[in-house]
Amino acid sequence: MPRRIIALIGLLRKETYHILRDRRTLAVITLMPVVQVIIFGYAIRTDVEHVRIAIVDPTPDPSTMALRGRFAATDTFHIVAVLRRAEDVEPLLQRGDAQEALVFERDFATRLGRGLPARVQIVVDATEPNTGSAIQAYALQVIQQYEREAGAARPAVQIVPQVRMRFNPTRESSNLFVPGLMAFVLTIISSLMTAITLTREKETGTLETLLVSPLRPWHIVVGKVAPYLLIGFVSVIGVIIEARLVFSVPLRGSLLLLLAEGLLFILVSLSLGILISARTSSQRVAMFGALVGTMLPTMLLSGFIFPLESLPWPLQAASLIVPARWFVSVARSIMLKGIGITYLWRETLVLMMMAIALLGLSTASFKARLD
Amino acid sequence: MNGDAAIVAKDLTRSFGRFVACDHISFDVRPGEVFGFLGANGAGKTTAIRMLTGLLKPSGGQATVAGFDVYTQSDSIKRHIGYMSQRFSLYEDLTVAENIRLYGGIYDLADAAIRDRTASMLSRLGFEHAAHEFVRAIPLGWRQKLAFSVALLHEPRIVFLDEPTSGVDPVTRRQFWEMIYETAAAGTTVFVTTHYMDEAEYCDRISIMVAGRIGAIGAPHDLKRQCGVNSIDEVFVRLVRPAATQPGSEA
Repeated sequence: MPRRIIALIGLLRKETYHILRDRRTLAVITLMPVVQVIIFGYAIRTDVEHVRIAIVDPTPDPSTMALRGRFAATDTFHIVAVLRRAEDVEPLLQRGDAQEALVFERDFATRLGRGLPARVQIVVDATEPNTGSAIQAYALQVIQQYEREAGAARPAVQIVPQVRMRFNPTRESSNLFVPGLMAFVLTIISSLMTAITLTREKETGTLETLLVSPLRPWHIVVGKVAPYLLIGFVSVIGVIIEARLVFSVPLRGSLLLLLAEGLLFILVSLSLGILISARTSSQRVAMFGALVGTMLPTMLLSGFIFPLESLPWPLQAASLIVPARWFVSVARSIMLKGIGITYLWRETLVLMMMAIALLGLSTASFKARLD
Repeated sequence: MNGDAAIVAKDLTRSFGRFVACDHISFDVRPGEVFGFLGANGAGKTTAIRMLTGLLKPSGGQATVAGFDVYTQSDSIKRHIGYMSQRFSLYEDLTVAENIRLYGGIYDLADAAIRDRTASMLSRLGFEHAAHEFVRAIPLGWRQKLAFSVALLHEPRIVFLDEPTSGVDPVTRRQFWEMIYETAAAGTTVFVTTHYMDEAEYCDRISIMVAGRIGAIGAPHDLKRQCGVNSIDEVFVRLVRPAATQPGSEA
């Protein structure tokens, strides 16, 4: 038995050489998660900046000027045009020169002075619904703040009530998506790593030599998974630091627990990669399999982008076998709610079972080559 | 059945679904013999080798390799055979010494033994200076020789060479065959597949597989005489070409 351990150590050393000597790949796989989180992070964020707004002010006077000044003073809005007639705003919106228009009613100041409700219409380009509702909410915020600070007892500016976001939701949306994004990026990278290296050995014929040797299938699986577990772990640490520093996501629970869960999740993804490559013959097919097998389910069925509750039940059921679904929930709970293992044992157990099942299946599929 | 034989196959069969890749093949390989295993692509050569090396379970028939049963003792078989795959079994991003050490460890050699054998192997090959070079940096012919030596590192009783000389220049091929002879002379049985018919002439005995069966088996000169031709190439063509009569029954 110790002899077999020596053989295993030899395998691990060999794999470490492969990794360390391919510096470019090593750099790509360790930095990729961090870079991707930044790129996707800014891309997916629902916050909107530099909103191009047009203002229609038929009867300019100090009160409309004051409200216009509020808009000009924010970082969020950029006033692209000030018009007299409401009809003129239409072409701007159609061309996309303006994303939003603020239309004062005629006699706005007069009505305001008399204590009557004065109306402001907000016209929003809702081609992209999320952006539309976000920038509408921003505008409402500015108006309401003005209204409050103007100190009028009665509603001085009457507007249509709307479901609203907080004024600075940057942190809010980051908190929600960063844990999901971590799962997304880590699962893709991890499964790709093992899928590619194992099929490379298949293509070069070295795997055959290992299979003919007295090594057992589990040696080969462990020899592949263990070194990449270490790399994956470095990525986990990287994205956790990034979540904190770049996206200001809090870590309210135990760092140790989050790291442990991250490691477990990496293990599941690596094992998935092994299984995919054990069942495919070329690097290209394995790569495609790893991407399709992790990316789509993780994106659609993990709660990362689309809330699981809003999925139809067959998809909800399908999400149960997506590892990221469990990790996203674990990561959110630890980071945002500060929940400990006592409430996360179920998710942890599921991930463990997935790791065991996937490792078992990939070991078995090496054996299947023998039968 | 010959108990001393290095390899004995009796009605060895393997089918994939309805396709029978190896159809009741029977042959034996004597210890210390250079046995050439010939056949067109798809004739079932690879399937037969995979069964003998423990990579594939037979669907029927019997076989022993180094005296061990392919069904029940594949672990013992794996310890007593060497294997050099046609696609070359060394890691290109490891150095020569690292490759040797890896395979030594896989075959349970002690560190001291690995050191000794590495030194003697490299001096025999004249590769001492290349011990710490990356395999990808050394010429193809050298790599083949090195791969062969690595397959012999654990002193197997039988070594399987799967098209060891494909893509190698004629001089290196000749040198490689000299190594094969030395190996056989030292008592190791060599089971070799090849595409080169001139190489088949170098073998003690050959078998030619045709469509999952053994079409002919025997010493090269016997086969040529039986077919009344001058080269193994012609023997092969007569066996494989569908229009020709089936001389397999004659042989």
